[in-house]
Amino acid sequence: MTTGNYSHSLSSAKVRSEFLRLVPISLFVVAFGAAFGLAAVQKGFEPFQALLMSITVFAGASQFAVVDMWGTEVSVLPLIAVVFAINSRHLLMGASLYPMLREMPPGRRYGILLLLTDANWAVSAQEYQRGIRNLEVILGGGLAIWIAWIIGTWLGVYFGGLLREPQSLGLDMVLGCFLLAMALGGNKSPRTLVAWTVAALSSLAAWKWLPPNTHVVVGALAGGAVGFFWQEKKPGSKEPVGAQQEDPHDH
Amino acid sequence: MTIETTMAGTLALIAIITAVTIVTRFGGVFLMSFVTISPRIESFINTMASSVLIAIIVPMAFSGDAGALAALVVTAVIMLATRKPLPAIGAGIAAAGLVRFAGITVF
Repeated sequence: MTTGNYSHSLSSAKVRSEFLRLVPISLFVVAFGAAFGLAAVQKGFEPFQALLMSITVFAGASQFAVVDMWGTEVSVLPLIAVVFAINSRHLLMGASLYPMLREMPPGRRYGILLLLTDANWAVSAQEYQRGIRNLEVILGGGLAIWIAWIIGTWLGVYFGGLLREPQSLGLDMVLGCFLLAMALGGNKSPRTLVAWTVAALSSLAAWKWLPPNTHVVVGALAGGAVGFFWQEKKPGSKEPVGAQQEDPHDH
Repeated sequence: MTIETTMAGTLALIAIITAVTIVTRFGGVFLMSFVTISPRIESFINTMASSVLIAIIVPMAFSGDAGALAALVVTAVIMLATRKPLPAIGAGIAAAGLVRFAGITVF
């Protein structure tokens, strides 16, 4: 792999096909956008303000939390803390894409990260585990989800009453089921299973005993620690893992 | 510090939320650019990546209602049996809807 010379470029045909690939899940995102739009106007947002938030923030769980905290005045620091905590998983998701992203020029690298969200990241990360480089799904799939989120918000602020209880149709579970299917579709080595167990237990402990919204980061870092101390030969990896250097610095 | 949710105040708050979210989207990649990717770091990243999913889902299963649990269990079973994501997700959502329609509760 080369650093410094940006060898990776996105194929526009692939961006289009990844856009289409995430259209089915985006239909469900429309339903959630509508639920958000409705909640926002009920809490006193002007329709265009709710739309603006969906366009610029594009992070559903944190937007719902903001609506929850909304009133005639809003305390800024708690707002920042809650939004940061809920979205801090992006830090880890972005970091996990870094081995691919570093081969792109910084402008594009950070440009496509504007569209980073759970579903397109889950596809990209899962394919990377199988040795497939797919940043096109971050851009193409991200666009599909972003557009769906905006359309949904728009529907919600104007026609929110149409979808009063998305939960009764099970629609609140779409993302959870999607992420679970992605996780189970990946490789399941003994090391992965140990990491998952550690991640599950620590995220549950954090959810129970640590401040709200810290459980994802705590669980993910704990699972990552398993990989840090227990390396494994990846199929197709050129590094002979039998001869792992204890020196963590690569040359 | 509080901001009144007048028009200008609301726009300022949306700008703040946007900035915080962009920091989270860019921050991980930015920090990684100072880290040398050794095999050990790569192993950490890869294991952490799949653990993110588990850390989102497991508390969701524990904190949710019977419908949420049914959705996740059905998705897992069908995904492991068929390895096809779309049928697994569809069946999971249908399971949540059915359980809630039937009014089943866990506790």
